Amino acid sequence: MAKTMYQKIWDAHLVHDDKATASILYVDRQLVHEVTSPQAFEGLRVSGRKVRSAQKTFATMDHNVPTKSRDLALANATSVTQMNQLQKNCAEFGIKCFDLNDEDQGVVHIIGPELGITQPGMIIVCGDSHTATHGAFGSLAFGIGTSEVEHVLATQTLQQKPSKTMQINVNGKLNDGVTPKDVVLYIIGLIGTAGATGYVIEYAGDVIRDMSMEGRMTVCNMSIEAGARGGMIAPDDKTFTYLQGRDYSPKGTDWVKAVTYWKTLSSDAGATFDKLINIKAEDIRPQVTWGTSPGQVTGVDGVVPDPDQFKNPTEKTAAANALRYMDLKPGMKMTDVKIDVVFIGSCTNGRIEDLRAAAAVFKGKKVSPGVQALIVPGSGRVKRQAEREGLDKIFLAAGCEWRHAGCSMCLAMNDDQLTPGQRCAATSNRNFEGRQGPGGRTHLMSPEMAAAAAVTGHVTDIREFVKRGK
Amino acid sequence: MEPFTMLTSIAAPLDRSNVDTDAIIPKQFLRKIERTGFGKHLFHEWRFTDYEGTQENPDFILNKPQFRKAKILLARDNFGCGSSREHAPWALYDFGFRCIIAPSFADIFYSNCIKNGILLVRLKSDEVEELFAVAAFAGSGLIAVDLEKQVVGAASKKFHFEIEPFNKECLLKGLDQIGWTLQFADKIDAYEAKLVTTAPWLK
Repeated sequence: MAKTMYQKIWDAHLVHDDKATASILYVDRQLVHEVTSPQAFEGLRVSGRKVRSAQKTFATMDHNVPTKSRDLALANATSVTQMNQLQKNCAEFGIKCFDLNDEDQGVVHIIGPELGITQPGMIIVCGDSHTATHGAFGSLAFGIGTSEVEHVLATQTLQQKPSKTMQINVNGKLNDGVTPKDVVLYIIGLIGTAGATGYVIEYAGDVIRDMSMEGRMTVCNMSIEAGARGGMIAPDDKTFTYLQGRDYSPKGTDWVKAVTYWKTLSSDAGATFDKLINIKAEDIRPQVTWGTSPGQVTGVDGVVPDPDQFKNPTEKTAAANALRYMDLKPGMKMTDVKIDVVFIGSCTNGRIEDLRAAAAVFKGKKVSPGVQALIVPGSGRVKRQAEREGLDKIFLAAGCEWRHAGCSMCLAMNDDQLTPGQRCAATSNRNFEGRQGPGGRTHLMSPEMAAAAAVTGHVTDIREFVKRGK
Repeated sequence: MEPFTMLTSIAAPLDRSNVDTDAIIPKQFLRKIERTGFGKHLFHEWRFTDYEGTQENPDFILNKPQFRKAKILLARDNFGCGSSREHAPWALYDFGFRCIIAPSFADIFYSNCIKNGILLVRLKSDEVEELFAVAAFAGSGLIAVDLEKQVVGAASKKFHFEIEPFNKECLLKGLDQIGWTLQFADKIDAYEAKLVTTAPWLK
């Protein structure tokens, strides 16, 4: 019978098949970070359990690390406790930790792929909802809670119920100025923030095929913002080329065997999905969010909507609440929205391609007076690569701040926070109330548009910016 | 984990959809390395008017005297969306909630709650609407939840709800799920032994 990629990966990982209670799936790799793991390690200690396969778990610190300097004396004391605890736990249980002093430290979803830890066909979990990022390599990757982190540490497995499957096809030719971020924001706007709850999404179509690995990661990364358990893309030659020679990628005959297997993972022709969504690339304009949920999004050439235009009463109330929090009026042009802070980084858009795209916009330009622009590379490797290419010089010349790797203002657990009322153009993934700092207001967009907003001081249509040269 | 069997309580109606885990427990409170003590920061930005959390917002539902002892939370669609932080159910539990009733919940949040002994009840939107009306009469408007029978009762109404049998068993017994999986340790051993030949790059 024709199988989807999801079904193939599920079948290959079944340790115990029990539809009545729960099936047990084997977990190939677990990634852990400082915020959602301490209670899991503590749970092991309390119950006297061991880590089953320490070599299959990798740790890093990213959520609350300082990005201005690596001087921990300047960091929040409880954050430092959490970082120290991760180091202690990893040492005690024999887990590799890319700590703050490691040159490969970075955002967990950036370093997994760049170190070659992430591979097609794997089941990968992490105590973080953006774990679907790794699905860009044709793996089944999803976020879990701390109890499940402990479960995987102790058993290298998880109890799971099968998800439904959804295929989202994006075909055609993307308009100028439309990036993978715009594609995924458009998808979330279309299906809603709970539109894929209970599903694993497979993204397909020639637009997805044509995307770089970085672009595919951006798309899969935001699957959770549509409620999906995971998001995945069939591996192809681009995937294999990306992985070949990376630190933890298979080597020698293992590489040959692995690639042979990886080529069998794509969904079979004729495989059926529980839901199919077809999107025309030509319908997608550069996107920007106006509200406090990633689904509250519109084309950058659009206006702030009137809550009354929503027929569904829940959506109407949500829109009214959002406009109150965001201090926006219906009918206002999105490009008239003034910006105080620009944040370029995160597991969504903190990779080298994103920084190249932002640098191309900043080149020869200045950050608008009064605007603070933070450029936060996703990892030590991304930072060094950007510096080799001279991108840091472009950012600094424009008046941006060039930071160390970390999650930074995506979730504002460290010192990088908005103050109440400040408005931010952000390349991250969530515009929830207070996400980037209590009272802060977030507009999600692509790195290109965030950079353009930094230059002009307001939300800017990247197509107009390119046309005018400013 | 404490078992969940039956519960009768007043219910606090939180009339918002898409309540995300950042709202349930903001990130500045995630730096602890323990599982306890998160309740005092639950819904911090809505419950308090100041950053320090000393000034209560009298308009917020959980600050109203009649709802302070509620063990049931009534909510709207897609409750618990966003981050995977288990600190959200820890905070809800620590604050006193044992059951949340809504038309839909986010996926990771749902599983996190089950693992902490919090029952999540999915009911139809119009049924949740009726419970919101009952909750409005707090004090007299008690809601009874019976997990064994899978029934929510309020006023003279009874609503049936669905729950996966395994989740139900875990809640009713307060099951140690790691212990449950470890019954199959020999199967995990066998799976790993097979990997060495079928997919040696994964070992």
